Amino acid sequence: MRNIISIILLIIIFFAVIFSISEIPFGIPKTKVGSYYINKGIDETGAVNVVTSVVLNYRGFDTLGEVTILFIAALGLGAVLATIERKTKKAIIPSSIVLSTGCKVFFPFILLLGTYIFLHGHLTPGGGFQGGAIIASGYLLVYLGCPKRRINQNHFKIIESLGGLTFVIIGLLGLIFGNYFLLNFLPKGIPSILFSAGIIPIIYIAIGFKVGSELAGVIDNLIEES
Amino acid sequence: MIFLSNYIYYTGAFGLIFIGLYILLTRHNLIKMIIGLSILDTGVNLLLISIGYIKKGTAPIFSTPNLNPQNMVDPVPQALVLTAIVISVAVLAMALSLAIRLYQHYRTLDMRKIKEQRW
Repeated sequence: MRNIISIILLIIIFFAVIFSISEIPFGIPKTKVGSYYINKGIDETGAVNVVTSVVLNYRGFDTLGEVTILFIAALGLGAVLATIERKTKKAIIPSSIVLSTGCKVFFPFILLLGTYIFLHGHLTPGGGFQGGAIIASGYLLVYLGCPKRRINQNHFKIIESLGGLTFVIIGLLGLIFGNYFLLNFLPKGIPSILFSAGIIPIIYIAIGFKVGSELAGVIDNLIEES
Repeated sequence: MIFLSNYIYYTGAFGLIFIGLYILLTRHNLIKMIIGLSILDTGVNLLLISIGYIKKGTAPIFSTPNLNPQNMVDPVPQALVLTAIVISVAVLAMALSLAIRLYQHYRTLDMRKIKEQRW
């Protein structure tokens, strides 16, 4: 009964969607805003990657809200899971030698890859969020491969707070040097070298540390409970 | 068929959205419903990205000096989807933590057996 009702509902939505989507053309030239960002982006922000300049410069305030949402979700996850009383520790099954050696060997390289990705966020595809996710996946490897190792949660929290503070302070410095929040007050430099684009690499480094430690904290909370 | 070949990305995106909606409407297991929510998120992200696509377009990155800006795809939907992916990760983490709490309280993940959650 429930399946039939659901399928009828989906068919109604399907026809409504077909009629509306055939009006949206596919593969046509972009909107006015998009062409403005592409034509003027390098001159105004100094970042070669236009998506990065949109995320951190034109829409930087939006990104601050996004980081806040991630922070609140990590905090809420900790709050929901923390009220359970700690059970007796289960016996940890030691992993095989291949697995434990593999995670010891690969962990620094995964950290290095994540750092590379968030350092070069203004030059290549990537950025703080992607690099942070890769760093958190390195910690996931440690938690799965070497079950005896535990990382101190308080260090994660300190790094996370410092990352968030750096973002806000750089935004407020823009208010001091110029007249609006997140003004790009540092020199732009030559595009497509590493030290260019003003405040964009600094903010992406802060976001990379923040997202990496936040997601690693989420993994830690979820693994403790399972 | 012409519609399918012209609008292949839209078709794929709405296929994912319908799969996610179907899972959300018909499954009873909470973990499967969260998987459906995640598939729905992916479909919406793919739809937003494909609206900004240009035929034979390149990524909006000036990695070599002589790239034609006219051929680049729209950067605005990509920046919005970057936001949406992060938010979907946050939603997924919250949903999973609530599912853990629900399981520890009721000892089941079946929504039919939880009296307050039945629809």
